[in-house]
Amino acid sequence: MTKAISVAGLHKSFGRTHALDGLDLEVAAGEVHGFLGPNGSGKSTTIRVLLGLLRADAGTARMLDMDPWADAVELHRRVAYVPGDVTLWRNLSGGEVIDLYGRLHDGGRSRRGGAGGGPGGGRTGGLDPARRADLIERFELDPTKKGRTYSKGNRQKVALVAAFASDVDVLILDEPTSGLDPLMEEVFQSCVREERDRGRTILLSSHILSEVEELCDRVSIIRGGRTVESGTLADLRHLTRTSVTAELAGPPNGLASLPGVHGLDVQEAGVRHDGVRCKVRFQADTDRLDAVLRSLTDSGVRSLTSTPPTLEELFLRHYQDEDRPGPADGNGKTVAR
Amino acid sequence: MTATTAPAPGAFAARAGGSRPLAGTGTLLRFALRRDRVTMPLWVGVIALMVLSLPASLKSVYSTPAERADLARQMLANSSLRATYGPVFGDSLGGLTAWRIGGYAGVLAAVMSLIVVVRHTRDEEESGRQELVSAAMVGRRAPLTAALLAALVANGVLTVLVAGGLAGQGASGALALGLAIGATGMVFATMAAIVAQFTQSARLAKGLTGGLVGAAFVLRAAGDSATDDGSSVLTWLSPVGWLENVRAFADERWWVLLLFAAAVAAQGAVAYVLAGRRDMGMSFLPTRPGPATGRLGTAGALAWRLQRGAVLGWSLGFLAAGAAFGGITKGAADLVGGNAKTREIIERMGGQAGITDAFLATMVSMLGMVAALYVVSSVLRLHGEETSQRAEPLLAAAVGRLRWAGGHLVLAFGGTVLIMLLGGLGLALGYGAEYGAVLGACLVQVPAVWTLGGLAVLLYGLSPRIAPGAWAAAGLALLLGWIGPALDLPQPVMDLSPFGHLPRLPGGTMTWTPVVVLTALAVALTAAGLTALRRRDLAT
Repeated sequence: MTKAISVAGLHKSFGRTHALDGLDLEVAAGEVHGFLGPNGSGKSTTIRVLLGLLRADAGTARMLDMDPWADAVELHRRVAYVPGDVTLWRNLSGGEVIDLYGRLHDGGRSRRGGAGGGPGGGRTGGLDPARRADLIERFELDPTKKGRTYSKGNRQKVALVAAFASDVDVLILDEPTSGLDPLMEEVFQSCVREERDRGRTILLSSHILSEVEELCDRVSIIRGGRTVESGTLADLRHLTRTSVTAELAGPPNGLASLPGVHGLDVQEAGVRHDGVRCKVRFQADTDRLDAVLRSLTDSGVRSLTSTPPTLEELFLRHYQDEDRPGPADGNGKTVAR
Repeated sequence: MTATTAPAPGAFAARAGGSRPLAGTGTLLRFALRRDRVTMPLWVGVIALMVLSLPASLKSVYSTPAERADLARQMLANSSLRATYGPVFGDSLGGLTAWRIGGYAGVLAAVMSLIVVVRHTRDEEESGRQELVSAAMVGRRAPLTAALLAALVANGVLTVLVAGGLAGQGASGALALGLAIGATGMVFATMAAIVAQFTQSARLAKGLTGGLVGAAFVLRAAGDSATDDGSSVLTWLSPVGWLENVRAFADERWWVLLLFAAAVAAQGAVAYVLAGRRDMGMSFLPTRPGPATGRLGTAGALAWRLQRGAVLGWSLGFLAAGAAFGGITKGAADLVGGNAKTREIIERMGGQAGITDAFLATMVSMLGMVAALYVVSSVLRLHGEETSQRAEPLLAAAVGRLRWAGGHLVLAFGGTVLIMLLGGLGLALGYGAEYGAVLGACLVQVPAVWTLGGLAVLLYGLSPRIAPGAWAAAGLALLLGWIGPALDLPQPVMDLSPFGHLPRLPGGTMTWTPVVVLTALAVALTAAGLTALRRRDLAT
């Protein structure tokens, strides 16, 4: 598996603020990679380092096997970027900006190759007019409006159309859908899938977890400038807790002392002909479920609901943990507690 | 930000029901003053210093009352000098101060005021910040009121400084001059408030109001070249003309101040009415839709697209200003045979013997110093593009930093040549002769302008935070060039300005050394700035 993006031990400080504190990130060619983390955790800083806008203090960053700082321009031919807050020139129309970015990416020449491959379009420069028109229609963008008259969502669409219409290998999307309505969110998701099907690599930083769950092959969660989790969603789920609600025929014996059970809540659910029923609620570490369920059946299960962890829960756990220690192993992957 | 801190317009609020149009004005005013805590004292301080430093230096050059009376007589007799400085109404030190600097101080107060007002009204709306502020408990008229009050504070402090600082020359004259300068500022503050209702762009609002300030100056100059007592209709059409007609230190005409008051009240009322008739962020000049597809394809083309309006405006301005100056110069020959002192001050400004050439040379160097403002504003477009985050996606596309910056720098440095040539052309046309000499003299100014441009590139390249320092450098050069000759400042001080090193042309001897050295310096500064830009982080 070739790496489209490979970042190791990245450090970056702004004065006394350590924005990045040994961050690692691996994105395979052709995958859609979710990049998650609370506000201020260093996502945008990482992206700016990858774009050669900031110079890292320490660590390595490679994209498409190039150095983002030294080879910035050559690299940017093959990379399109959508920032979370698009600022446009007040007196240029959206269409002009889209075409400007298209030409700036291509540099007037048609070239292909490198990791990720792509469609063998026979274009000579700028954007593919058919693709451009199609995207403008799907995003319902009026390209004749001037920059200052666009709403937030429409400014976002200008950047999205420019990026999706560009013939590049890597798309870096930094909270790209902020301000888009749910319909446009759908359009965005189908565009991302199309790009993936064309073999492009996408780094998607987002807070919209349904979007990440829907689109991403793998995710990295960062916090305080470090990677705290990285893997497929299934991997990450395995490391987390399943919510269990059960109605038992009697009191849950020994459940509280079982390893892997968290937040146990026991309530009397009323007296029936066969004794006192109990309702229990808890979270169980997913890899301990077997022992936990065995303990439950000993008390006589009358009803059982179990919910696999949602990305939200996964997310919240990482976001809320206080003073989490650094990565436990070399892969920047920690074992969930 | 709560309405409780506002100077509650109690009765007003009660009558207007729940809308309370002025709620929050006090908070907004304090906020505006805090935002301007560096620039506003700088403006006020520099203008006050210009005025207050004059009596002492005038005294050192013209030490006896007889000499000063002689100067006043000569200056009043010549129409070109009247056009430049206005008529002399009194030959006391105070009277000569008001004559020499009053009008210019008024123009600077006007520029300061229009910047303050547009910055806190249209700029806020254009950037979208106003939306957040207006969503708080802020009355519909509070932002405009706060902006005008901020201008009033600046002009008020300036008035007090001038009136207090010159009190030694005569208390009532000092008060009259201070009030006239401050009132000129307020007239243009309210004018800016009107203009800001018409455009959606703050930059355009500042440019248009700045043009009106220039027009006011030209009207006064034209009127004063025709009459020697400020009585021309043209002079009376200009607020800068009213300023001189207050006749500070020469039997003050206090009633003229009522004109200022009336203009401020009328313009302020118009601004409030207009502001009340439009939606936030909208303007009376509509925005037209643009093309659905664009032909812009390079960073250079984008830079041209962004700067072409400014280049055009400066070009026309320089052509017009040159023509006006050239017309004035024609009359300078009348002065031949004037007394030695007068000749001396003009020749010191122009730097050589021929009085006409000296005058032309003065105008050429004025154009050069004003062109420094162009080059700084043009170079600092880079700064604006970067801090507004518009540079980021461009540089994330296949555009190198050098190519991105280069597009703007070509316009900054090339534009300098263009506007200097047009200024020279206007000057020669207005004067009606000496085309080659004047155009050549204008080109000789270019390396000095470039040096300031190079300094701007260096400061910007090092860090966006210090980039605005380039304005201070251009301002210093302008200040030295304006008042240096009249104050007879020592050469080492004058040498701080790159313009101080240039040969005085036309009329003087052409020396290539400063031209070559300054060009090399400009290139070196630019190269150093670009190198620094390549190495640093982009502002985020």
